[in-house]
Amino acid sequence: MARMKFLCDAERCIECNGCVTACKQEHDIPWGVNRRRVVTINDGVPGERSMSVACMHCSDAPCMAVCPVDCFYRTEEGVVLHDKDICIGCGYCFYACPFGAPQFPQTGAFGVRGKMDKCTFCAGGPEPDGSPAEFAKYGRNRLSEGKLPACAEMCSTKALLGGDGDVISGIYRDRSTIRAARGTKSGPPWGWDSAYGTGTKS
Amino acid sequence: MRRLGAIVLAGLALCVVGCSERPQVAQYKQGTYQGKPDTPPYQNAQFNGDKAAWDRAMATRAQNQNEYTRKN
Repeated sequence: MARMKFLCDAERCIECNGCVTACKQEHDIPWGVNRRRVVTINDGVPGERSMSVACMHCSDAPCMAVCPVDCFYRTEEGVVLHDKDICIGCGYCFYACPFGAPQFPQTGAFGVRGKMDKCTFCAGGPEPDGSPAEFAKYGRNRLSEGKLPACAEMCSTKALLGGDGDVISGIYRDRSTIRAARGTKSGPPWGWDSAYGTGTKS
Repeated sequence: MRRLGAIVLAGLALCVVGCSERPQVAQYKQGTYQGKPDTPPYQNAQFNGDKAAWDRAMATRAQNQNEYTRKN
């Protein structure tokens, strides 16, 4: 059984925010909601690392555990989704999530917290696949079209991988093995040269 | 002597009081999904319920992310 997962290679992520843009464009995400974002550690310092973060579709999801109205469900592919029709926008899932994935659109004149919105792994929601209702509430359902999430497929450096956990971990393992073979005693097998190969800078 | 015995007995009773403590860790009980049912991603006009075809499409797309299989 497929267990859909994301994997971000911090050695390759260049903080281009292409994944964020692809997600926003694909699902017509409103202003103020970021289903995906790029987090950079030691920004501006040599050796900084960036990582693209969204809902990680946890196997034992804390959002599911704390939801008082039980609006979350997990598909047979391992994607954690929710039903916006019964979400009450309480925000418990936001506090429970270690990745800050749940987002709340500010709706109304007084900035009332709307119903929760999060990454769906481009799998839509509990509306008919590909219907306008599904697109309006959850965004496009790429999985039903035989496609993987837009963020991973659009990633220019292939830092962000998405898909079946076994497959993408295999891709990453091959990459790490090749990368490690480039390492020396004086130069560890990490960094730009090891990720992309040594090139001459002009 | 009887007084000493009573004190010892009381001390022993205090020692075993801890045995009556109950674990105070909350036991989480998984709730059940209350929303609408969802259909699998292969139950549509494109795949017509063919899970194997959908799996093949997913595997092909996943390997498109592996540049080591795409390089010349």
